[in-house]
Amino acid sequence: MEKNKSDDGLVKKIFRALHTIKGSGAMFGFDEISEFTHEVENAFDMVRNGKIPVTRELVDIGLASIDIIKLMFNPNEGDEELKNRKLKIVEDIEKLKPSTSEISPTSKEIQEEIKQTPPIIAEEEGKEFTYRIRFIPEPDFEERGGDILMLFNELHKLGTCRTVAHVMNIPVIEELETDQCYMSWDILLTTSKSKNAIRDIFIFVEDYAQISIDIIDDGSSPHDEADYKKLGYIMVERGDLSIEDMKDILASKKFFGEMLVEKGIVDVDKVESALVEQEHVRELRKKRHHEEILSTLRVPAEKADKLVNLVGELVTMQARLSQVANECDDPELISIAEEAERLIWDLRDNAMSIRMIQISTTFSRFTRLVRDLSDELQKKVELVTEGGETELDKTVIERLTDPLLHIIRNCIDHGIELPKQREQLGKNPVGTIRLSAEYSGAKVIIDIEDDGAGIDLDAVKTRAIERGLLKPGVEISETQLFNILFEPGFSTAKELTSISGRGVGMDIIKKNIEALRGTVLVKSRKGSGTRMTLQIPLTLAIIDGLMIQVGKENYIIPLSAVEEIVELTRDDRKKTHGRDIITIRGRIVPYIDLRDYFLFKGEKPFIQQIVIVEVENKKVGIVVDEVIGKHQTVIKSLGKVYRDAEGISGATILGDGTVALILDVTRIAVSMESQTESI
Amino acid sequence: MDETPIMDTNQYLSFILDKEIFAIEISRVREVLEYSRVTKVPKSPDFLCGVINLRGRVVPVVDMRLKFGMTKTDQTIDTCIIIVEIKIDDELTVLGAMVDSVREVIELEMHEIEPPPRIGTHLDTSFINGMGKKNNEFIIILDINKVFSLSELTIVNNSQSQVQELSGDIGTTSEMQEKSL
Repeated sequence: MEKNKSDDGLVKKIFRALHTIKGSGAMFGFDEISEFTHEVENAFDMVRNGKIPVTRELVDIGLASIDIIKLMFNPNEGDEELKNRKLKIVEDIEKLKPSTSEISPTSKEIQEEIKQTPPIIAEEEGKEFTYRIRFIPEPDFEERGGDILMLFNELHKLGTCRTVAHVMNIPVIEELETDQCYMSWDILLTTSKSKNAIRDIFIFVEDYAQISIDIIDDGSSPHDEADYKKLGYIMVERGDLSIEDMKDILASKKFFGEMLVEKGIVDVDKVESALVEQEHVRELRKKRHHEEILSTLRVPAEKADKLVNLVGELVTMQARLSQVANECDDPELISIAEEAERLIWDLRDNAMSIRMIQISTTFSRFTRLVRDLSDELQKKVELVTEGGETELDKTVIERLTDPLLHIIRNCIDHGIELPKQREQLGKNPVGTIRLSAEYSGAKVIIDIEDDGAGIDLDAVKTRAIERGLLKPGVEISETQLFNILFEPGFSTAKELTSISGRGVGMDIIKKNIEALRGTVLVKSRKGSGTRMTLQIPLTLAIIDGLMIQVGKENYIIPLSAVEEIVELTRDDRKKTHGRDIITIRGRIVPYIDLRDYFLFKGEKPFIQQIVIVEVENKKVGIVVDEVIGKHQTVIKSLGKVYRDAEGISGATILGDGTVALILDVTRIAVSMESQTESI
Repeated sequence: MDETPIMDTNQYLSFILDKEIFAIEISRVREVLEYSRVTKVPKSPDFLCGVINLRGRVVPVVDMRLKFGMTKTDQTIDTCIIIVEIKIDDELTVLGAMVDSVREVIELEMHEIEPPPRIGTHLDTSFINGMGKKNNEFIIILDINKVFSLSELTIVNNSQSQVQELSGDIGTTSEMQEKSL
């Protein structure tokens, strides 16, 4: 090396060797070696870049460092001496740097240049560059140990790659030598990494391949948006084509690429590759442009509400239009009406979806609450949420926050035990509260489950007797006992805490949930935890309904609850001797007649239909006069005036503009149960 | 109850219930509709005659005659539903008030309104804001917020008393055929 001072290849070889030592050193945990080699490598890097000439000192340092690296593999021998020698070399390397900059003014310039360039190419957070890499391996590339596949894999790790292979040089099969490499590649890489990072991948193969890397897109949006350079310019830039040729071709006004190939100026491959580049960057810029526009839009809630109302009016108007169109029997009018119908339905779905928000907005609030509360109570609690993407109407979500807050407070205060206690019980010292939401037909089910102490039913019983809510000695079912928890002012907590224990929580929970026409269900086992299940209807959502008729009124039963429909004749009724039950495939199903339930007068028709619905895993029948059919139902609230309406959960507007009521099958079934119990 | 709106507006919409003239502040009135099909909500108080579709919105309708203890409204060509905006629990609510007929918008100056009489009327005077006099006619000015306060609307309903007659009357009127008490 000393003899052949200008041998670039040799310097590069040394550099590569050092790089390998550094890399493998780091890989196997010899951090010292890798750190040291890095210093030496720096020195040679300067040589490689022409910043310092090869001098005797450099070669000395190089040889000395080889000795040291050898020694470092055997760290037991003369540790102290090694360290000193190492330091000396590092110092020597440091010395080399300033001296060289004095020697030649040109290298100084280069150094400055280098100082300036890094910030431009340096990795910028989040900013993505697109590089064009032209990789032309020499025919004996593989023979010399290059692994093309590995290189591509490495590139793919950096970012999105588009690769175009040039196959023009592959000879006919007779002349093909299997161990030769005939292909070359153009690679388009979009990455946030710097040019140097890409260069590093090719560092071991630089010798036997031509590699050029250029930045073709720097991540900033140009004013002309998604457009990218014309094909011709790309090719000129790549050096595949001269400007003169391009101008010639352009004069003849055909597809530029086609012309080039036709005239034999450029290979098909090269044109193809340039086209891919064009497409890649265009897509990229388009996507970027798109992302900028596709941000969220904040709109006041009233505006969304107003939109929904207006759309509602439009739907009604459209129903009338359809009716009139059909009466007129004018094909042209009918087709317009149908088109309007389709558009308005789309519009309505869209307007509705604007009001729906994910429940995760509420869930995320509780994470903080759980943290703070558990700290205050010296408990360890983890909140796990599931189904945050479940969408509910905005107003429902707002009104759910308070009850959920109460429930979670209860879980932490009464449910989860202190860490020590939990350990004694053989539980994980960290308690878990699971908060989950999922769709179930026309309802959303929210589960709040803790793995804490659970509810002590005996304590509840004692307390209930103390408070006079329960007579001693009276047998009471578990469900009834759980219901006592919801009595105003009921609490089994012995002392008040700042968080709960006053007994105001549970009845508020129940009230709030019932105001949403939902239900609360408590299940608990002493020692293993409590689970509260809230069933919340998706108000304002569109549901599939089954339209039925009783008397002259139309009603809607949510189709999700409907199991089947069977016929009921007056004779059938006689057979059961006045008991309202029917046998379906061997199972006895109780039923209730809506005419009785709603206290309608008048003769019941001879043939009626029983709509079998499933409520809380039980089958019950609802007797109606007639089943009309499926109906897309937009749920409308009946408002505060009718909030006590029994068995009705809402209303919907039919095509003819009249209102049909939506039946609350759960309530109807529950009232039926209590009736049969009382009998 | 806030009396100030009386000072602000002096325009009233007058309507007829059982041959008597009533009036409500015009600012509370959103629109007046002809009688349309009302869907009865089962198991609700008698005076709540049901719900109508107001351009895609479900609006409850109150039979004003039953509300004031008169006999129930018979459907005529003049029967109207006055859509009013009231506040229930600080929430703006839209309600329909079914009346025999709507007359006109009248102006009443302060001096034309007298406080409600203690006697001489079969109405609960707490609903009344004052008595107006115009062209030798007495006009009962209603406090619409009190008439439709929630406690008034959701009186515990004895469901036995709301038997609905469904025995084959024709079309639109059948919904209104409730058995009077």
